[in-house]
Amino acid sequence: MHNRINELFSRKSHHILSVYFTAGYPRLEDTVPIIELLEQNGVDLVEIGMPFSDPTADGPVIQKSSDSALKNGMSLEVLFHQLENIRERVSIPLLLMGYVNPVLQYGVERFCRQCRQSGIDGIILPDLPPQEYLTHFRPFFEENNLHHIFLITPQSSEARIRELDALGSGFLYMVSSASTTGATKKAEEFSHEYFTRVEKLGLQNPRLIGFGISDKSTFEKACKYAPGAIIGSAFVKALGQPLPLEQTIGKFVKEIKE
Amino acid sequence: MSYFVDEKGYYGAFGGAWIPEMMQANVSELQERYLEIMATEEFRREFDLLMKDYVGRPSPLYEAPRLSAYYGSRIFLKREDLNHTGSHKLNNTIGQVLLAQKLGKTRIIAETGAGQHGLATATVCALKGLPCVVYMGALDVKRQEPNVRKMKMLGAEVIPVTSGNQTLKDATNEAMRDWINHPEDTHYIIGSVVGPHPYPDMVARFQSVISEEMKRQLQEQTGSGFPTRVMACVGGGSNAAGAFYHYLDHPEVELIGVEAAGKGADTPETAATLAVGSPGVLHAAHTILMQNNDGQITEPYSISAGLDYPGIGPLHAHLFKTGRASYLHATDQETLQAALLLTRLEGIIPALESAHALAALPKIPLRTGDITVICLSGRGDKDMQTYLDAYGY
Ligand SMILES: Cc1ncc(COP(=O)(O)O)c(C=O)c1O
Repeated sequence: MHNRINELFSRKSHHILSVYFTAGYPRLEDTVPIIELLEQNGVDLVEIGMPFSDPTADGPVIQKSSDSALKNGMSLEVLFHQLENIRERVSIPLLLMGYVNPVLQYGVERFCRQCRQSGIDGIILPDLPPQEYLTHFRPFFEENNLHHIFLITPQSSEARIRELDALGSGFLYMVSSASTTGATKKAEEFSHEYFTRVEKLGLQNPRLIGFGISDKSTFEKACKYAPGAIIGSAFVKALGQPLPLEQTIGKFVKEIKE
Repeated sequence: MSYFVDEKGYYGAFGGAWIPEMMQANVSELQERYLEIMATEEFRREFDLLMKDYVGRPSPLYEAPRLSAYYGSRIFLKREDLNHTGSHKLNNTIGQVLLAQKLGKTRIIAETGAGQHGLATATVCALKGLPCVVYMGALDVKRQEPNVRKMKMLGAEVIPVTSGNQTLKDATNEAMRDWINHPEDTHYIIGSVVGPHPYPDMVARFQSVISEEMKRQLQEQTGSGFPTRVMACVGGGSNAAGAFYHYLDHPEVELIGVEAAGKGADTPETAATLAVGSPGVLHAAHTILMQNNDGQITEPYSISAGLDYPGIGPLHAHLFKTGRASYLHATDQETLQAALLLTRLEGIIPALESAHALAALPKIPLRTGDITVICLSGRGDKDMQTYLDAYGY
């Protein structure tokens, strides 16, 4: 079945730029304008964060943006309402990223159907491990043409990586180093050993490297080992500035891509 | 019906390991090795010796004469308050620190609410010469100050957590983040029967010494190892799990957990998870928790920092759903009264957590011939400020 994520990876094989932001932050109504501006500035893929009260895999920046978004009134109901007509405006692949509990309360099947209706291409739920995914989620994901994106880390064994590669689709989210989101690493600190080890495995899925990618130099470094990379906390932090979104986003993306 | 964990880490519909991949290597290593390590002769010997000479076990089973007279029914107290460091928490931290050493871990982290688990962790780290970091909600740092000072004297670093309600849930989030950032050298000693599989089972096994002794002591003191009922307070549920453990397959023994109602289970200021909660995933387990319609975790409230938690261990969610155990709740006020009552009748100042179990006694039809055992999970030293505020002493 056609999926915009597959289409992106077959069209582009290097310097794919994916950007994460938290829906409903800085203001409740900013969700759609942010997606549009990211596309207009040449971002290849957008991860829309579904805020959760207890984001245990996230560092302070995304914790704070999630708190603000929830205070602003963000919820899955509101988010799907905001995304109703997004496909009339935006054509790049869109993913939803968040934690599993809000999805469980919304209803897994209903969630997946809503994703399809809004034109969502994939889902990242870090606290949804393979065993639970297989038992409770996979049929609904497949029915609705949604990729389930698995994470791999420097601690993942080869057997584990191969298992996740076989089970996941779309791409593998390669966590750059042992950390929560928003770690401020320098490009030199990334593990050459880990990046090349995974590169050599000849996996079926393409990889995007994320966590700790914060500027041009870390982005470039990641792009040496994978078709592209994901920027999250650094972008969310930039959104916190009291400037018009056009200005913030234009400047942020330009600095990465230039 | 089984009340024990299955090979996938579930108690009926509850449990599992809903962990981000960043915790996978550590959690699966634990899953694969905890039973094997705990079964070794060497582990058993060291654990048993420390339980006896360091914790001071067996803890007495005390038949409380004046409390019994007050209620017109025989009441026994399992005196976990007499353990070294003043609560049942040390049973678990001894077990886990030994396990961590077998796994080659050289740094220990923990979350704490009342500070009793933090204290028990700091204690075993001093005993083993391991660096220790304890995450504690900033509100709890204030309300359980004596324990903070003890942890620091023991050499632990206490990090106040300022997210959320600044209580136990937030401390647990922060400890999980620390583990994600230190996957190689660190073991996370979770303080209750919560978290991903195998923690609920592992912690229940370490705490099961409570009912193992209870059974033997009851046999000696009453001629039968099986009481009418066992009662315990429930935060995450570890002292209750330990007190219930050897009775789970004996349906004639009534099991009663007592949650913290805060200002009332029908008010927003409560921590009575089973009274107001619904199924969901928190701290890597599918269990029953307090949440709003959007699946956001709601902030609990209780006068007792150790019970101020919006979830409950998956074992208890299962015991609740199957009806094997029943769960009551007690308010702050009822708890304060029960604490004073025990103090004046028996000369024992209980921890606020344990006083919740005592506060449920008037809610139960106690018959003359009944034998009720209450797990007195901890002592009240850490709560003197709260008692002072309530009673002026
Ligand atoms: C004395 C005491 N009892 C009970 C608890 C609650 O924990 P659990 O439900 O795991 O026994 C605590 C927690 O801090 C405690 O300090």
